Amino acid sequence: MNQEIVNQLAGRIAKDLLKQPNRVITADEALISSGLIDSFSLVDLSLMVEDDYGVQIDDTELNAETFDTLEQLADLIESRQ
Amino acid sequence: MDTFPQRLKQAYENQPELTILTLLHAGQEDCPISYRQLVEGAAGYAATYQRLGIQPGEVVILILEHGQDLIFAFWGAVLHGAIPAIMPFLTEKLLPERYRADLAALIAVTQPSAIVTYPEFESEIRPALKMDDSVRHVILSTEVEGALIPDFSTLAGFERHPEDVVLLQHSSGTTGLQKGVALSHQAVFRQLENLSKAIGQSQEDVIVSWLPLYHDMGLIAGFLMPILSGNHLVLMSPFDWIRAPYRLMQAVTRYQGTLSWLPNFAYYFCAQKVRDRQLEGVDLSSWRAVINCSEPVREDGHQAFLEKFSVYGLRSDALATSYAMAENVFAVTQGGIGSPLVIDEIDREALQVERVARPAQAGAVFLRMVSCGRAVPNVTVRIVDPQNNTLADRIVGEVAVRSNCMLSGYYHRPDATAEVMIDGGWYLTGDYGYLVDGELYITGRKKDLIIVGGKNVYPQDLEKVAMEVEGVHPGRVTAFGVFDEQKGTEDVVIVAEVDSIDAGLREAIAEQIRKAVTRGTAVALRNVYLVGAGWMIKTSSGKNARLANREKYLKESGDNQ
Repeated sequence: MNQEIVNQLAGRIAKDLLKQPNRVITADEALISSGLIDSFSLVDLSLMVEDDYGVQIDDTELNAETFDTLEQLADLIESRQ
Repeated sequence: MDTFPQRLKQAYENQPELTILTLLHAGQEDCPISYRQLVEGAAGYAATYQRLGIQPGEVVILILEHGQDLIFAFWGAVLHGAIPAIMPFLTEKLLPERYRADLAALIAVTQPSAIVTYPEFESEIRPALKMDDSVRHVILSTEVEGALIPDFSTLAGFERHPEDVVLLQHSSGTTGLQKGVALSHQAVFRQLENLSKAIGQSQEDVIVSWLPLYHDMGLIAGFLMPILSGNHLVLMSPFDWIRAPYRLMQAVTRYQGTLSWLPNFAYYFCAQKVRDRQLEGVDLSSWRAVINCSEPVREDGHQAFLEKFSVYGLRSDALATSYAMAENVFAVTQGGIGSPLVIDEIDREALQVERVARPAQAGAVFLRMVSCGRAVPNVTVRIVDPQNNTLADRIVGEVAVRSNCMLSGYYHRPDATAEVMIDGGWYLTGDYGYLVDGELYITGRKKDLIIVGGKNVYPQDLEKVAMEVEGVHPGRVTAFGVFDEQKGTEDVVIVAEVDSIDAGLREAIAEQIRKAVTRGTAVALRNVYLVGAGWMIKTSSGKNARLANREKYLKESGDNQ
């Protein structure tokens, strides 16, 4: 797991998606299946990943089966960089 | 044509090979369905209902996702003369127990004889059923007869009368599910005729929609209207659209779509979240009307949409509006077809203080109101005061509607029906607005309803869930909507009274409320605002004064909309 990517994502998601900058998101916390990231914000998450890491996540991959935690998302990003 | 089954039979006999519907699924081939396939698939479901002893006139609840089964199960119920009611599917974030509580509420009022769902979903539903309830069968999509050639002479749906109830339409949440709008064949056909004139419908129209079928806009404009009128419907899943809004533009391009209905937030959503690389080859010049409906209409959303998509062929005259509600089947007004949308610049203070929509003088702070258009044929709108007296143009009051296509009633809820119907057959909408020369402007809402992304949310449902969080005073929680200018829709705020003054504990309570509300109602909160005991304003009869609490919150919290 790339801790740096996890930390960056945690900060960006708390600030820009949840609009709760002080919210701590742990690496293994469920993001999608818990509803923490609302379905309205999933597309924002994919655009954010594309802008920050140059990695494209297809819309058919925006579900808990593909990734549900920061850890899994960071792995996905690394595998495509 | 007097009833839905008669119309289906006519289409089956006269235009069997016409592609009436194309189902889109992200990552899969598009799935075209002809009238023949539609009716034969539905006949399989009708035979199943018949075999299981479902009686015509009984309600069948459909818990199915976007796809063929939902379509066939719905029209199969119609062919059998049963009354279909589509219930939203369980999303992964919603707690199954909460979903079952909603389902139990729906069952208690609606008294359905059957529920149709997928085998993998049966275990989610069974615990909601009780020994002595009305549900005799949980029908699994895999047990249903396959497509078969219908024998119209034996299908019970052909014995239904135009005045009989053909379907039920519900809002979401426990509260919404207890108030099903019952519509007759006749009311739906009359609405479609009225709407057809208002939008200048032609045989060449192609409707492209991602709207869910459990919502009136999706069910009527994005499902029944095209299928009953013989217009090709291109239907995508709301789940696919919310993850990839550009798919709407691609679908319009591929199928030469002419008409779409969208809630206000979708204009912002598409403008903000579609990237140009996703629009390669997109041509929106076939779109003759994109109709903004089911949320308050904002001009800036229209402008953003136009700016983004005009280079892809979107015409500015395609922007249209409508004011609609399930109780009138659908459209009450229609604007922007054949003439530009009317904008009314009014004095903000006069609206807020005097409740008068006075044209703004130079230099005054003004609001640009977008007209929802004029009443469609056979529908009359008037604005009334609390005593139901008609108000003059530009005076704000409650919108009242009368038409030839009203609901039969809230199903099994004569009490709820009586509350909203007044002398002369007028329906009180619970919305505030004003008229100018027949153009209707909506200014606000009398009822406590919150509309989030086009979806109705009842604050009572949210409050109930939040009150169950430990540390929160029962009965001392209030939920309301705050308009989000950037998203073009309402966000939800919860204010809760707590005793604790420990910052860490308060933060934990706020987080618990967020979680409980998301998991209990599928609504994500903009803010949880914790206050001390005695903060909340109640009415003289001890009820939650939500509007007053909202005002207090806005003043005090610094949440500046």
